[in-house]
Amino acid sequence: MKRIYVNEEWCLGCHLCEYNCAFANSGMSDMATALKGKPIYPRIHIEGDDKISYAVSCRHCTDPICVKSCIAGAISKSEDGVVRVDKSRCIGCLTCVLVCPFGSLAPNADGVMQKCELCLQNSCTSPACVKGCPNKAIVYEQRGEDE
Amino acid sequence: MKQYVIIGNGVAAVGCIEGIRSVDKQGKITVISEENHHVYCRPLISYYLENKTDTNRMRYRGTDFYEKMGCEVIYGKKAVKIDTSAKAVVLSDSSRLPYTEVCVAAGSVPFVPAVEGLDSVDKKFTFMTLDDALSLEKAVDKDSRVLIVGAGLIGLKCAEGLRDRVADITVCDLADRVLSSILDTDCAAFVQKHLEANGIRFMLGDTAVKFNRGCAQMKSGKTMNFDVLVLAVGVRANTSLITDIGGEVNRGILINDRMETSVPNIYAAGDCTEGNDISSGQKKVLALMPNAYMQGNTAGVNIAGGAKVFDKAIPMNSIGFFGLHMMTAGAYEGELYEESDGNSIKRLFTKDGLLKGFILIGNTERAGIYTSLIREKTHLDTIDFDTMKKVASSVAFSCENRRKKFGGVV
Repeated sequence: MKRIYVNEEWCLGCHLCEYNCAFANSGMSDMATALKGKPIYPRIHIEGDDKISYAVSCRHCTDPICVKSCIAGAISKSEDGVVRVDKSRCIGCLTCVLVCPFGSLAPNADGVMQKCELCLQNSCTSPACVKGCPNKAIVYEQRGEDE
Repeated sequence: MKQYVIIGNGVAAVGCIEGIRSVDKQGKITVISEENHHVYCRPLISYYLENKTDTNRMRYRGTDFYEKMGCEVIYGKKAVKIDTSAKAVVLSDSSRLPYTEVCVAAGSVPFVPAVEGLDSVDKKFTFMTLDDALSLEKAVDKDSRVLIVGAGLIGLKCAEGLRDRVADITVCDLADRVLSSILDTDCAAFVQKHLEANGIRFMLGDTAVKFNRGCAQMKSGKTMNFDVLVLAVGVRANTSLITDIGGEVNRGILINDRMETSVPNIYAAGDCTEGNDISSGQKKVLALMPNAYMQGNTAGVNIAGGAKVFDKAIPMNSIGFFGLHMMTAGAYEGELYEESDGNSIKRLFTKDGLLKGFILIGNTERAGIYTSLIREKTHLDTIDFDTMKKVASSVAFSCENRRKKFGGVV
């Protein structure tokens, strides 16, 4: 399957991906209305130090520990390989945060879990972080997996 | 054709069913469910009382799960015996189910202490099953004074679930602190303060020694009047099916990393077992939902003829009360690294160059990175632990390590 990868040599740490992600998942048509003056809850985030930076989002693991650990049965891996959260069933216990070795999950403003679902079901239809990355550091491609 | 019998219908059973079907699409699977419910998320019963979920959304898998998995569920009956010579599981109505392999995923039951006068208490409950929660829901009203015996995970989640439904909640525990199984003294005091600020009262180092209807005589000599009693002093693993046939049992059914018991063709998974806690190196009952699924799944793959081991079990909990989250994992031994302010506490325990355990209260961001260091037994000299201990981040890994984690399929 195609996943999001980041070339950390090219990542500028500009945080634009976080804004593009938050906007793409806001359900709103105007970025300013969606984000201006509000705390944002993106599904991708920048980590790094003074030397490097890189964006972290869900790896859509082949054998996802979050799916196995969710105490509400709210996380599943679909046949297309995408790991999704059923927000109506999530009770915000954060067990997925406790087990994800990548630090890829964080709750939204209401304490309900959300995660990168590759923008396949929002209005963007392909990853907004990739489209908006000014240095093309974030890519959406298939690597090392036969399909 | 194989005939699998799964005793129990909880999360370990689901893991087992999914494990079997990942290997064997044909074999007959029969699930024995003592409770008359489709598999549900047991820890969600407190969220049910809080109105944060309902009996539909509490289902652990969709309504068509058993059908899709091609398994039969026998509801309302209990497995009372495994007849190893005839290879049949005997049910409470004396019917017999032939098997080629069995997975015992029988869970645990609340321990009810033999306190004098307990029989005189009209409204008394344990808090383990959906039926417990449904009965408790009916028994309380806005004027109820509730006494909960046990300040562990179950007792306190019950308190949180009931708070907005009742007048008053007091929790007592013989231990001198709340959540004594997962928190040390300082952390427990911090959490207790938060619970008290949210209206829960405590009588710690004290417990009920005698009941007379709605009055509890406490060990300290105090008396405590209540309308509803919840007993949450602990649970006991259901081990008798294995004990009865001479299998190895300690506090839980003993299993190896393939989830095999000491009895041929009989596997076990979930809260009824004792697994290897790799953080402390001890055998322990790890009654945790993630472990139950992973043990069940491992058992399922293996009973269907596959090969799988689960050798990364550690105690771990993510739990919140009235908006305060805490995560704990592993063993609290070795050297302590600590950060705390008025709103959060972080305690990391390192020993022999490994992260052994942690307690995080308040700020729990990306805690899974710490958990993975424990599970993977990552040598701390291979990472920048000075950075890592301050902030859980992959930046503390080497470039090469990070490329492995983020640059390919994992």
